[in-house]
Amino acid sequence: MRAPLSQFGVESPSSLEDALARMEASGGRLTPMAGGTDLYVYLNAGSIEPGRWIDIWGLDELRGIAEDKTHYLLGALTTYSQIRKSPVMQQALPLLVEAAATVGAVAIQNRGTLGGNIANGSPAGDSLPSLLVYDAEIDVRSVRGSRSVPFHQFYTGYRASVLAKDELIERIRIPKAAAARAGASRFIKVGTRAAQAISKVVGAFALHRGEDGKIDRCRVALGSVAPVPCRMTQVEDHLTGQTLDGELIASAVELLDEGIKPIDDIRSTARYRRFVSLRVFERFLQESRES
Amino acid sequence: MKNREILELEVNGHRRQTAARPYDVLLDVLRDGLDLTGTKRGCDMGTCGCCTVLMDGKPVLSCLTLAGQCEGKAITTIEGLKDGAHLHPLQKCFADAGGSQCGFCTPGFLMTCTALLEKNQEPSDGEIREAISGNMCRCTGYVKIIEAIQQSAEVLRARKAGNEGQADV
Repeated sequence: MRAPLSQFGVESPSSLEDALARMEASGGRLTPMAGGTDLYVYLNAGSIEPGRWIDIWGLDELRGIAEDKTHYLLGALTTYSQIRKSPVMQQALPLLVEAAATVGAVAIQNRGTLGGNIANGSPAGDSLPSLLVYDAEIDVRSVRGSRSVPFHQFYTGYRASVLAKDELIERIRIPKAAAARAGASRFIKVGTRAAQAISKVVGAFALHRGEDGKIDRCRVALGSVAPVPCRMTQVEDHLTGQTLDGELIASAVELLDEGIKPIDDIRSTARYRRFVSLRVFERFLQESRES
Repeated sequence: MKNREILELEVNGHRRQTAARPYDVLLDVLRDGLDLTGTKRGCDMGTCGCCTVLMDGKPVLSCLTLAGQCEGKAITTIEGLKDGAHLHPLQKCFADAGGSQCGFCTPGFLMTCTALLEKNQEPSDGEIREAISGNMCRCTGYVKIIEAIQQSAEVLRARKAGNEGQADV
């Protein structure tokens, strides 16, 4: 069924400044729209109310991949296709490239944006665990100024975030130090099929060992097992400073079992999600141990 | 016609004007505004690939693309694929190989494959499978589709070799 769109309007700002001014002036009633790959799914189905939208797709200042001395910088409108094709991303942020390759298929990847994945805030968002593993920081901006939020503190609840109604995501910054110390890493997505699927479980893991063989940096990030994509810090803390052996793997998997809260929904069951999450994590640790 | 504005789009090499509401998606503008009904509405939720068109040469899903975002871009639909009276090799090969049965998914497949063969005229079966992973076909089982794409690639390579041969003379 088509949505009743009569109260619906779209504003087309000419620049980022213009967009921020309009968002402020609207009193928080404008919702940003970029590639539309999430929004129009809901609008076409009539499952969200028509509203007022601000079309930011044309704001080239929010697009593209760059780097400075300390960070990789991804404009909010950077598409999954751009991430996949970037030699810098392939070399430095393979978990993000792998995640980008599993979003929909090519036509979605040409239009879906990293900023959109973050703003949409689905716990199943494919890029989000990878961003957590790389300690991403989200630069947000409004007419009131700019601020940076560590991504692991960005969400406050199911599809809720610290983003104020007049703020836009400007860019995603990834510390080069975090990327360089990812170590052994793995992206996993379990869906109904390889393409065009929304995740039943999505995750990214990274484990770095020092010269003494002990784990000195570890990230365990999962989506679709809690109301928000999240880092399992208890598991990370448990592993850090230790040597990976069979006993440690077993206790880490046990901690993960306690830490996740998957639910039953249209895409999967809590039982399946729990089983798969634990298995893929255990397999990652075992493979890391052997390598 | 309340709340409509004139939208100017470049479709299949022609400047076209039509009245559209600001929130209309490209699919509706193509089908209802410009009478280009070759582009099909399948799932209307970005899953089936039937509505695939090219925006500046890249496949996009017209059911999820705000029409206003297409101003200043070159849009190519299935109607723009043939060259005068000559079918595009993809069209000919899909017909010959049985890559099109009920035909509803075919325009989307052809647009996706046009972009693929534009950048890669020697695709492996794996590359083809990845490229078409967003297009669903419930008739063919995909085998004949992949055959048709390989045959098209062959025709395009032969054509290119022919052109280069002529240039050398």
